[in-house]
Amino acid sequence: MHPALSVIIFTSLSGAGYGSLAILAAVKYFDFFTLNPLYGFFSSAISLLIVTVGLISSTTHLGHPRRAWRALSQWRSSWLSREGVFAVLSYLPAGVFCVSFLIPTPFNSIIDIICLLTIAFSLATVFCTAKIYASLKTIRQWNHLLVVPVYLIIGLFDGAIFLVVLLTIIDGLQFFQLNYFIIFLGAVAGLAKILYWWSIDSTQSQSSTSTATGLGSSNKSVSMLDAPTTSETFIMREMGFAIARKHSRRLRLITILTLSIIPIIIIFLMTQPIALVSPLVLGIIAIVFSYFGTIIERWLFFAEAKHVAMLYYGASKV
Amino acid sequence: MSINPFATVQEKVEKSPKVSDEVKYTTCYMCACRCGIKVHLKNEEIRYIEGNRNHPVNKGVLCAKGSAGIMQHYSPARLTKPLKRIGERGSGEFKEIEWDEALQLATSWLSNIRETDPKKLAFFTGRDQSQGLTGFWASQFGTPNHAAHGGFCSVNMAAAGLYTIGGSFWEFGEPDWEHTKYFIMFGVAEDHDSNPIKMGLGKLKTRGAKFVSVNPIKTGYSAIADQWIGIRPGTDGLLVLSVIHELLKSNQIDLGYLVRYTNAPWLVIQDEGAPDHGLFARDDEGSPLSWNKANDTIAPALATDITPAIVGSYELPDGRNAVPAFQLLAERYMADEYKPENVAPKCGLKADIIKKLAKEIAHVAFQEELKLDVEWTDWTGRKHKSMIGRPVSMHAMRGISAHSNGFHTCRALHILQILLGSIDAPGGFRYKPPFPKPAPPPLKPAGKVDQINPNSPMPGPPLGFPMGPEDLLVDENGDPTRIDKAFSWEAPISAHGVMHMVLNNAWKGDPYEVDTIFMYMANMSWNSSMNIPDTLRMLTDKNNETGEYQIPRIIYSDAFYSEMIPYCDLVLPDTTYLERWDCISLLDRPICDADGVADSIRQPILKPDRDVRPFQDVLIELGSRLKLPAFTNEDGNAKYPGGYPDYIVNHERAPGIGPLAGFRGEGGNSEGKGSPNPRQLEQYVENQCFWRHEFEPTEKYFKHSNKAYLDKAVKLGLISAPNQIILQLYLEPLQKFRLAAEGHGSIQPPDQHRERIKKYFDPLPIYYTPFEEAAIDAKEFPMHALTQRPMAMYHSWGSQNAWLRQIHGFNKLYMSRIKAEKLNIENGDWVFVKSSEGRLKAQIQLMEGVNEDTVWTWNAIGKRRGAWNLSDNAPEATKGFLLNHIISQLLPEKPNGYRYANADPITGQAAWFDLRVSIEKAEPEQAGVVSEPQFDTIKPMSTVKRGNNVLRYGEKVKTKDD
Amino acid sequence: MTSLPTNQTNKKLGLVIDLDICVGCHACAVNCKEWNAGGHSAPMTDWNTYSGTETKNGEDSGAWGVWFNRVHTFEVGKGQESKTVYFPRSCLHCDEPACVTVCPTGASYKREEDGIVLVNPDTCIGCKLCSWACPYGAREYDETDGVMKKCTLCIDKIYNENLDEIDRIPACVATCPAGARSFGDLGDPNSDVSRLVEDRGGYDLMPELDYRPVNKYLPPREPQINVLDDGQPLSLVSMADNANQTEPSNNSILKWVDTILSR
Ligand SMILES: Nc1nc2c(c(=O)[nH]1)N[C@H]1C(S)=C(S)[C@@H](COP(=O)(O)OP(=O)(O)OC[C@H]3O[C@@H](n4cnc5c(=O)[nH]c(N)nc54)[C@H](O)[C@@H]3O)O[C@H]1N2
Ligand SMILES: Nc1nc2c(c(=O)[nH]1)N[C@H]1C(S)=C(S)[C@@H](COP(=O)(O)OP(=O)(O)OC[C@H]3O[C@@H](n4cnc5c(=O)[nH]c(N)nc54)[C@H](O)[C@@H]3O)O[C@H]1N2
Ligand code: SF4
Ligand code: SF4
Ligand code: SF4
Ligand code: SF4
Ligand code: SF4
Ligand SMILES: [Mo]
Repeated sequence: MHPALSVIIFTSLSGAGYGSLAILAAVKYFDFFTLNPLYGFFSSAISLLIVTVGLISSTTHLGHPRRAWRALSQWRSSWLSREGVFAVLSYLPAGVFCVSFLIPTPFNSIIDIICLLTIAFSLATVFCTAKIYASLKTIRQWNHLLVVPVYLIIGLFDGAIFLVVLLTIIDGLQFFQLNYFIIFLGAVAGLAKILYWWSIDSTQSQSSTSTATGLGSSNKSVSMLDAPTTSETFIMREMGFAIARKHSRRLRLITILTLSIIPIIIIFLMTQPIALVSPLVLGIIAIVFSYFGTIIERWLFFAEAKHVAMLYYGASKV
Repeated sequence: MSINPFATVQEKVEKSPKVSDEVKYTTCYMCACRCGIKVHLKNEEIRYIEGNRNHPVNKGVLCAKGSAGIMQHYSPARLTKPLKRIGERGSGEFKEIEWDEALQLATSWLSNIRETDPKKLAFFTGRDQSQGLTGFWASQFGTPNHAAHGGFCSVNMAAAGLYTIGGSFWEFGEPDWEHTKYFIMFGVAEDHDSNPIKMGLGKLKTRGAKFVSVNPIKTGYSAIADQWIGIRPGTDGLLVLSVIHELLKSNQIDLGYLVRYTNAPWLVIQDEGAPDHGLFARDDEGSPLSWNKANDTIAPALATDITPAIVGSYELPDGRNAVPAFQLLAERYMADEYKPENVAPKCGLKADIIKKLAKEIAHVAFQEELKLDVEWTDWTGRKHKSMIGRPVSMHAMRGISAHSNGFHTCRALHILQILLGSIDAPGGFRYKPPFPKPAPPPLKPAGKVDQINPNSPMPGPPLGFPMGPEDLLVDENGDPTRIDKAFSWEAPISAHGVMHMVLNNAWKGDPYEVDTIFMYMANMSWNSSMNIPDTLRMLTDKNNETGEYQIPRIIYSDAFYSEMIPYCDLVLPDTTYLERWDCISLLDRPICDADGVADSIRQPILKPDRDVRPFQDVLIELGSRLKLPAFTNEDGNAKYPGGYPDYIVNHERAPGIGPLAGFRGEGGNSEGKGSPNPRQLEQYVENQCFWRHEFEPTEKYFKHSNKAYLDKAVKLGLISAPNQIILQLYLEPLQKFRLAAEGHGSIQPPDQHRERIKKYFDPLPIYYTPFEEAAIDAKEFPMHALTQRPMAMYHSWGSQNAWLRQIHGFNKLYMSRIKAEKLNIENGDWVFVKSSEGRLKAQIQLMEGVNEDTVWTWNAIGKRRGAWNLSDNAPEATKGFLLNHIISQLLPEKPNGYRYANADPITGQAAWFDLRVSIEKAEPEQAGVVSEPQFDTIKPMSTVKRGNNVLRYGEKVKTKDD
Repeated sequence: MTSLPTNQTNKKLGLVIDLDICVGCHACAVNCKEWNAGGHSAPMTDWNTYSGTETKNGEDSGAWGVWFNRVHTFEVGKGQESKTVYFPRSCLHCDEPACVTVCPTGASYKREEDGIVLVNPDTCIGCKLCSWACPYGAREYDETDGVMKKCTLCIDKIYNENLDEIDRIPACVATCPAGARSFGDLGDPNSDVSRLVEDRGGYDLMPELDYRPVNKYLPPREPQINVLDDGQPLSLVSMADNANQTEPSNNSILKWVDTILSR
């Protein structure tokens, strides 16, 4: 599939934003540690901003951004619509959650509900985003059990690193639980990706040029002689992206390094008193790596996805 | 519309939008198939073009090209104004001029020629539609130098057929789609009967008949064949003669058919060395003789009450011996030379394939005989209870004819059909009227020395059918009188002229210099020249002494900015097919089918929005400005002031016979013949722009010998007398040429041509290796290179079409995967294709279904940079290519230095498909993304608007509706 | 409602395409373009129509545009035994079309009354998700209009009361010169198209994905008359020899000497 920048930016930013919102709300709800109101406000506000930038980025991919609101209507069947609904809905609790840091309310139970709703809506939005891809039977690499968990984990992972950095900036504080949580998420994300790649490499699509055309048989292969037009069609442009094996190996390695291993090491270093570099610098480096890793991961997620429609355009398998 | 974001908006589909403000019928001209179309107009734009269900040709269907007519009509490459060249030839520098100036200029050039030496005008047309008019105009002008594209197209097919059966494949006949059970197609990719063939194949396959395709390439029609015979190019003659061998040996032939309908029993004089050796024995009246076994005497072969011998040797009254033609035929083809085992390796086939083919043919023809319960009367008046069919049919086209041995191969095919008794029998090959005509049609070409005189018309048409040396157009030295050397010893029965040699000969001044070349609808600087680099050189070459162009003047009518335009001195811009009157006439290339006779017209659907004029109008006006007798009244005024429509209605070629056969006579009630009817065109328009007369069931088969049909044909003016048309197994006219070459008679070929005539003018089909293959080193050029017509593109003129160019925006060189593996070539590689003439670079597409020794590409997709108003780096120009860059116009030198045209020695048919090449992978540093050769970019014309890059055709149609 | 219609009738309009007689002429594709250029989803935008826009590495890709129907060429098998098959491809108006259910706006929908899958150009936001969901590559994005387009089954032709009854069939069907395309109600087991599918073993594309396409394809058939398997030798000549062992002259011209034929 053609890796559209707007969509990559959208999924990665919204994942991170919702991830940090969810973690923040969870910290608050379970009271893992006390949140400095200023920190709480800024980090949730910035998270919302990130989410918003992501959402706006996603609309640039649309042919009619100004009609985007129509996308809310089909929540009964469409994961994209549900994503939209949850994204919009999440602004309510998340907004209140954010503001609640500035205007302390006596109604803790309300705040609790707000927190729970923020967690639920944030995770639900990311879940729906992932489901958009995971539910497509046309793309084996997406229609995969690990796609949803990976989206969620990476969202939380990116979000958590972001929180750690903000924490360092605003509070000058460090809560190592968060760091360990990040290390855990990073490790799981890395393992999940490795498992995912192994799985998509070792399984095969049920669909083939034979099933796509109904011609051919076990001993008669079907191959395309001529495409319908000598110029590229929409389908070829949209789905015809192919990445060389060599290239994808290299990028997978980079993904694991930048998304998982390097951030884990840095986040771990942050917990060590002997650190030579300030935690802030370390944190920023971690963000840069993890976010870069996420982009590469997303890019590969598209680039390695093979649409069955390409069987009509010369792909011998998908 | 609701603004509730959660509401589902239900679309209200407009199911019955108004389709059109107006519907007009006319005839398609996106190709020469000439289907009936229905044009829907809405908001003064074309909304939709669909096939006319009632039309005899296409019965409602429309091909890809026809469906893209809208884009043709609105093409930004349309010419807009007459142009006069101001820069050098090829520079594309023109001045726009007014029509009056253009016509004055043309008239001044032409009248000068006509007053001095009319043959200094060469008037040639490419894609023909109005040959009835253009040929007539040429002979009125007084020049023999006229022909249409047939000479480079398929004259082998036409001539072989017309001389043998008085009809032909091409568009002169069709298989009996309704009844045939076994259909063999030789070398056809598309053909002129574009839609009818597709409709026929669909029908035939749905019925469960077997379809065999003999073709080196398995695409298009061949793709749906039940059996594909991937023959090596140029060897079909052997295949067919070998099938004939099998049939003769096993006596699987229709002898009854042969004695009734053919010259098989005619006696051929056997007197080696005599001036009439090999000619038919004739009585004093010139009628052929046979041996009547009923009373063992010589008898008139045309008598109906004889029992003729078909083999044996008989003494003629003068004491010499003669044998029936069939004996000669059988002796020749029963020889071991034609055994499947002996020919198969040359054809690149297994012998079993040939045997199986022969066996299946024999089986279907004789075991699955077909009987139509239709009574009919033969030419003698004998009644037959039913029509007996041999449901084996064949069709062939340029894969057979575009080889230098094509004439004989075409004849072999017809002879095969005759032996089976399937010509115009139910289930077999069927004539389309006006065919059959006598074989060959009794029409001689005009253009002998004494027939070309200043200020006078020629006494007849420039094209025809020579019966012997006496009919050739040569002077007392045996040199050609025509610029293309048609009907000369180089191509004695070039019935369609030799258009592909015109520029070459004019440049060389061989046989003489001409002054003006006048062309119409022919992209001669590009895809219809056999060799482009040579042709471009000739077009721009200047005489060292005079500094003038070697070809002094070129006048050309095109509708679009083709590759030819920059080489012309005067350009007369034509209309598109939706802007003019036209007639598709029985005098030209009619649209008849086997069941009926038909013709049609084109009417203007839209008014031109540019300063262009229908070429036919222009030609007629030139005719009257030049005071050509047939275009001028006695008072000197124009005879057809109303232009072409006026001519169509009022011109009479012979009394009662005019361009259109329908709605003639007073009130438009006569068919075929009748006085001019002033309402004729209106009546055509009322009848959806066509006329058709359906034959009675008793008239539909055995037309060559069917009394009812022959009478009807005379009545309609298709033939002049209701005589039996005898199929010519043995072709006597060829023997006459041969005798001349052997030194008999008063008209003999110049010595340099003698051997050639002797060798190739065999009255029975022969096979010989195509000339190029015989001349080159097969190791150096081991592959055959062919072109095929893409179904969705018409020659060069579709690339300007925004829709069609998406389908064929460039072409690749197709090659067998198995062969490529041997040469270490991979899909997508760039290769050099070398011939004895030159080299080109192209990109490879590998495939399975192609003869291993053959590479091929789509015809005429490659374009010159800048032509057709496409941008310079359009893929047509940067990736596309033509084989015409490396085909040779001429054959290698003879020992005496003479170079013949690369053509069939009998008809002059261009041998496009004889090309031999070698394929060599381009090294990485030579590989690239651009094909070779590349020529200078053609200058975009100031008058031609660049096309819009985003095309939203239809938007207007839709929005105005709401 | 982008969920599939709950009151779906049994009517399933669709096409049947006979791969046995399709010659790959592209008529259906171009005629479709021609009708639909001014039809329900008008226009069918084309880009770089006469070239001049450079794309990748300075190359000009030629014109490209929106088409609802496209004809592919495949080869089945290898070498001389291979078969070339032309394969027209348009929307199959699936019974379980994920292109509909994934659509967030309801612009993509399946009609209750005849099963036709359409896109509402007024509400489509151009998210392209439906094109990802369609296995058959049947959706065509119009980047100038910013909306998705696709085969409409010529909805503005097949019901159009301004046309003669006989002309109320899809453009691609009406125009196909080989007669390789049929149109009808595949939900009615007695319709001509259903019978054709039954007789000829019509099949679904990518059945494994369960989209249950309504359009069906008819396979190329086996050759009709094959080597005459009559126990006789393959060669006519040997057959004739076998039949006339007593008459050695069969192979020579002499066999015709006594033939009596009248004209
Ligand atoms: N769409 C479309 N239709 C056209 C035209 C067009 O440009 N486009 N042009 C029109 C014109 S002018 C003409 S003349 C006709 C020509 O119509 P066709 O005769 O069909 O012409 P070609 O496309 O040249 O096809 C020649 C076929 O012969 C095969 N062939 C080549 N050499 C041999 C051989 O030695 N033996 C055998 N058995 N086969 C061989 C080639 O593979 C090819 O399939 O088409 C007309 N119709
Ligand atoms: N390699 C190779 N070369 C071949 C062949 C082959 O098989 N292989 N086939 C040969 C054959 S059979 C043929 S017939 C020729 C065809 O070759 P051409 O006769 O050159 O045919 P076109 O390319 O169609 O060019 C005809 C010209 O007519 C113009 N034209 C189109 N419509 C109109 C109109 O309405 N009015 C006027 N005045 N002009 C118009 C076009 O713009 C174009 O310039 O090609 C030959 N060349
Ligand atoms: S075959 Fe096609 S292009 Fe040719 S006349 Fe018919 S519809 Fe027009
Ligand atoms: S129009 Fe008919 S024959 Fe031509 S490509 Fe389409 S389905 Fe095949
Ligand atoms: S073919 Fe594709 S676009 Fe058409 S209904 Fe099926 S899934 Fe949807
Ligand atoms: S592109 Fe349009 S029709 Fe397709 S899913 Fe998006 S909104 Fe629906
Ligand atoms: S049914 Fe209509 S819209 Fe669909 S492919 Fe055929 S012509 Fe095109
Ligand atoms: Mo031709």
